[in-house]
Parts: sequence; structure tokens; C-alpha cells
Amino acid sequence: MTFYRNLTIKQKQIVWAWAFLALPVLFYGLIRFYPTGTAFLISFQEWNLLGARTWTGLDNYIKLWNDPVFWKVFKNTFAYLLIGTPVSLVLSFIIAYHLDKLRFMHGFLRMLYFLPFMTSAVAMAWVWRWFYQDVPIGLFNNLLASVGIAQISFLNSTTNALPAVLAPAVWAGLGFQVIIFMAGLRAIPISYYEAAKIDGVGWWTVLTQITLPLLKPTMVFIVVFSSIGFLRIFDHVFNMTTNNPGGPLNSTKPLVLMIYDTAFNGFNMGYAAAQTVVLFMILLIVSLLQLRLLRSE
Amino acid sequence: MKRKIQALALATLTSTAALFSSSAQAVEIEYWQYFFDARVAAMEQLIEGFEAENPDITVKMTHFPYADYRTKVAAAIPAGEGPDVVQLFYGWLNDYKEAKLIQPLPASEFPVDQIDKDFFPMVQAMKEGDNYWALPTAVRSLALFYNERLFDEAGVENPPETLDELVETAKKLTKVDGAGNITQVGITAGMNAQDHHWFREVLVRQMGGDPYKDDYKTVNYNTEAGQKALEYYVGLAKDEKVTSFGFMDEPQAAFKAGRAGMHIDGSFRIGSLEDTRGLKWGVAELPAGPDGTKSNYSSYWVNAITSKAEGEKYDAAVKFMTYITSDEAMQIWLDTVGELPAKPSVGMTEENANNEIFGPFIRGLEYAHTTIFVNESAQRQAMMDMVSRMDIEGQSAADSIAIAAEEEQKILDEYYAK
Repeated sequence: MTFYRNLTIKQKQIVWAWAFLALPVLFYGLIRFYPTGTAFLISFQEWNLLGARTWTGLDNYIKLWNDPVFWKVFKNTFAYLLIGTPVSLVLSFIIAYHLDKLRFMHGFLRMLYFLPFMTSAVAMAWVWRWFYQDVPIGLFNNLLASVGIAQISFLNSTTNALPAVLAPAVWAGLGFQVIIFMAGLRAIPISYYEAAKIDGVGWWTVLTQITLPLLKPTMVFIVVFSSIGFLRIFDHVFNMTTNNPGGPLNSTKPLVLMIYDTAFNGFNMGYAAAQTVVLFMILLIVSLLQLRLLRSE
Repeated sequence: MKRKIQALALATLTSTAALFSSSAQAVEIEYWQYFFDARVAAMEQLIEGFEAENPDITVKMTHFPYADYRTKVAAAIPAGEGPDVVQLFYGWLNDYKEAKLIQPLPASEFPVDQIDKDFFPMVQAMKEGDNYWALPTAVRSLALFYNERLFDEAGVENPPETLDELVETAKKLTKVDGAGNITQVGITAGMNAQDHHWFREVLVRQMGGDPYKDDYKTVNYNTEAGQKALEYYVGLAKDEKVTSFGFMDEPQAAFKAGRAGMHIDGSFRIGSLEDTRGLKWGVAELPAGPDGTKSNYSSYWVNAITSKAEGEKYDAAVKFMTYITSDEAMQIWLDTVGELPAKPSVGMTEENANNEIFGPFIRGLEYAHTTIFVNESAQRQAMMDMVSRMDIEGQSAADSIAIAAEEEQKILDEYYAK
């Protein structure tokens, strides 16, 4: 106790600060950083969950580099990102922009857009999976068949499957992004619009010169947030393709699904950890790049 | 709850009995399995029976969701905790053996030649040298389910007995709408379900091939026989048009909904079909090949003694293993879980072998093979991709099976190289 009494006020403040910080620090250390560190370690080891772990050096990474499935999966992961992010950004902005101007049933409509975001991804994926089936049970194909158009293979196709899986994922995330955009729109001071009105500027100029530039922080947030989401896409893909996870012919398999499969079907923890480290690096680089690009000026 | 109380009462009774019996010291052993309602109920019944016979031993059963099973077992045993007798899938035996989680069954109680004689032949995969490492209480095999209503409607009297008859029957059962879309399949198809077993162990053999060599370490279906088998299988959809891959999402769903005339599946499907309203179905043995060859695939869960069991617990575990692989236990398992007995002495009894539902499965056991998988889901994936390449990308059977064989060989090599 005497030790504490002899401290200066400043030092005492520090002691208290750390006392309060101890809990989150402990939490992060134990729940976040320790497993992350272990994952890095395991990526240099071989382990099947049962036996001892043995060191293998860079073997897992070399194997990954030479694995054609990995490159296919890598491409898919970026396809999800590069299609998903811009599409959801544009869609959510258009919806938010118009919803913001609308007074009639505003709350109800906003609720409708937000509803899919609150729905369980698993339930949603299964419903969409049935929508996509062939006749006699698929909603879309039954509609097509009833007007005499040939069936479309949505999921059982190497070209259509990825967009088909992505569509509900975009739709599910839309509600959240619409809300964020609307908050961004509301935060723009009305005086700018009034000034523009007095000057007699057209809506296009208002949109491109006032609204969009002032929405930049909102867009940065949404782009980073949804990019991370699409890079980590798993539940939609897994639940829509459980019969042939990530298929057909790996055409929808994202990195996270490959990790899951390697770890919990192949029990190859080292290889799975190496894939996780790669995913971590991708997430890190993409996020940093986006922050950099969108924040500059 | 009632069961728990009963078990508790019994445990109290037995331990009281143990207290009063002159010298016997109560030993408690632990048994682990994954959670599946019927299995847990059957095991409770077995434990009751075992404890009645061995009042000085109590068995504590613990069960986990399937997803956590392996991790829990792996963490517990090396720490000296957890089960003395453990249940595992036959395909995991190698991993458990190598991780030193289980120990061989003593040759004195489980003599190799006796077991070779007593059990159905595919159980021999659990043998190494002078010992068996694990034994099943029950096994599963494949059979042809057929929809009796659709058979009547199409005027088909008997289920097909050969592969050619299968095609003919399936043609009669298939329905197509005006645009040419299939609305009812003659037979379900999909490597994701049980068809990859049907292909490997049944079709390839029936076309005169042998799917693997060197104790399942070398892929051997990239042959003329394998190609013929694959052509037959994919031909059901492409040439004969009696099925469609992914029809109604899942083969068993199509059959359950009454939209499929025939469906190949395992004995574990019986339970879920029994409860389906409005579905009248029958079971037949898998159709024989062109030269009359019959084959089947069997898989099973086994029980083994863990390396944790020592001293009197080991002795108790051996007794428990003997009990749960006895004829009596197998009959209880068949009645409760609907899984087939692992011994002909129980399976081939007049009553069981001629049972309308279990019979075809049990008769199939006599000529069943068990694939030794190293990673069943990855090896199944190779089969699925093989069919997808032909179905979606129009690749030839010869090219597609060559790629599949190469992929699967790679999986095997990687595993056995360790």
C-alpha cells in the first residue's frame, strides 16, 4: 500500500487507467491475439487434431502455391469482392437517395429493406436455393416453364452459380448499407442545398458536386465494411451448395469455405492455418489500400 | 428424465449391491459416442443389460454433437481424461491408431481367426497383424428403395434385378412435361448422396473392374471397366434420360416427395422414410451386373478401447467390449436403431434375413465391400467433379475418369506419405 501512496498523481492516474484497461486487454489478448498467434504457428506445422504437431517449415505455403484449387478459390474470392461491393454500393445508394426523398410510407419501406439484414443467412440461403431449383420445385424455373422459356441452370452451372449465390448475399447486406447511406444523407447540411437552389443548379450538379463528395466518409465505411464481408463470404455459399460445397467444380468456392473444408473434413489443420494466414493478409492489404485510396486528398 | 432416474436408481442399486457383495470393488468406466437419439437410447439399454450382468462395473455414457466429437476426444485422452471405450467411424481408425488414442483389443478375448469367422467379411478392415483394433456393433449397407405407388401406376410388378432391367424400369417411371423438363425421375442420381459408393464398390466391380489396389492405397478404376461404369451411370441422365443430377435438390428429398421411382440409399434412411405420410415404399437388393455379379458397400461405426484405460478399468473395458459385440447386443441395436447386425449369426437368422425391410440390406452384407477412405469428403468430391465435368462441360467419360483417378490418387498419396 505504501508503494501506491508514494506515487505521484500522474502515476496514480496511469495505474487506474491500466486497472480499467486490464479487462479489455486481457480479453483481446486471450480471445483474439493468442489464437491468431497460434494460427500463425500452426501454419508452419502439420497437425491432424489428434496427434502431435510437427514442424514442416514453409511446406504448407509451398503446397498452397502449387494447388490449382487454391488459385481457383482465390479468383472466386475476388470475384465476390469485385462484383459484390460495387453492385451493393450503387444499389444501396440509389435506394437510399430515393427513399430519403420519399415521405409516404417511409418507415414501412425502410423496414422492408432492413428486414433481410436481420434474417438468418442460413434460412435465407436455403429459401433462395429452392428458388433456383429446376422444375418441378424451383420458383424461377417454374415461372419460365409456364411461359414456355427453357430452364436456366442457376446453381448447376459453372458460369451462373457464382452470381446466383452472390445475389442473395448482396440483397441481405443492402438494408444495412441503405440505413448508413441515409444517415449520411441526413448529415449533409441543408444550407448547401438551399444555396444551390438559389443559384438555380440542376439535380445532377447537386448530386455530383454536393451530395456525393460530402458522402465520401460514408462510402469509405461502406466499401471497407462490405469488402471485408464479401472476402469472408461463407454461409450463403455453404448453405446453397451443401450437396457439393463450393461447387459445381469449385466454381463458387470462396477461401473461407476451403479453409473450413481443409480443417474440418480433411483434418489438415496446418494447411488450413496457412490458408487462414493468406486470407488475413488479403483482408489486411485490401482494407489498407481502400482506406488509402478513398481517404486521400 | 425418466430414463435418467431409472439409470440413477439402477446405479444406486448396483453400487449398493457392490457395497454389500463381499469383495468386489465398483469400477466405473466411461463410454463416449456422438449424439444421435436412437443410438443413445440403444446404448442406454445395452449399458443396463451389461451392468445387470456385471454388478461390479458401472458405465457412464457421455455424448457430444457430431461436430465437436473429434476435438473433444483428441483433447481428453492424452490428458488422461475422457472415455475408456470410444466410438469412432471406421475410416478414422488409422488416425486414432497413429495418434495412440486407442489400443489393440487383447487377442485372448478377441482372437483374430474367431472374429474373421464370426463377423461379416468387411469388418476385417479393422484388423492389423495379430489383433483387431476395433469392432462394430452394427453395420450399414445399400439397397434399392422403390416407390410402390409409382410402380403400380406404371404397371411395373417387381423391382429390377439387373442393371439393364433398372434402365427399362426407370424409363417406365419417368415423367416429362410439355417442354421436355423431367418432372418425375425413374431413379435418383447424385454422387453427393450414396451414389459414389454405388459407383466405386458396385458398378465398377460389376463391369469387371476392381476399384482399388494395394489395400485401397492405389486407385484402379481408370480402366475400361471404370469407364463403362461411369458411362452407365452418367448415361442414366444423358442418354436414357431417366434421371437428372440435382433433381429436386437432393435424391432422398425427391424420393420422399414421391417424385422418384427408385432410389439407392443406406439402411440409415429407413427411419426417416418410415415416418413419411403417403409414401408406400419397398426395398430390394441392388441390381446385379451384366454377368450376374452382386456387390454392395458397407460402412460402420466401431468401438475401441482407448489408451487411457489401464488396470481394472482396462479389464472392465474389455468386458464391456465383449458385451456390446455380442449377438444379444446386435439384436437390441437392430430393433432400436435399425442398423444391421455385424455378425451373420444374428443377421442371417431366418427372421432378420427375410425381413421385408432389413432383409435386402442384410443379404447385401454377404458380398459387401468397405472402401478404406483417408478423407471421405475429399474423395467424394473427386467423384462429384467427375460427373459434373461430363454433365456440365460435356467431357468424355475416359477423360473425366482419368482426372478423377489422378485427383483421388493424390489424396491417398499425401495421406500415406506421412
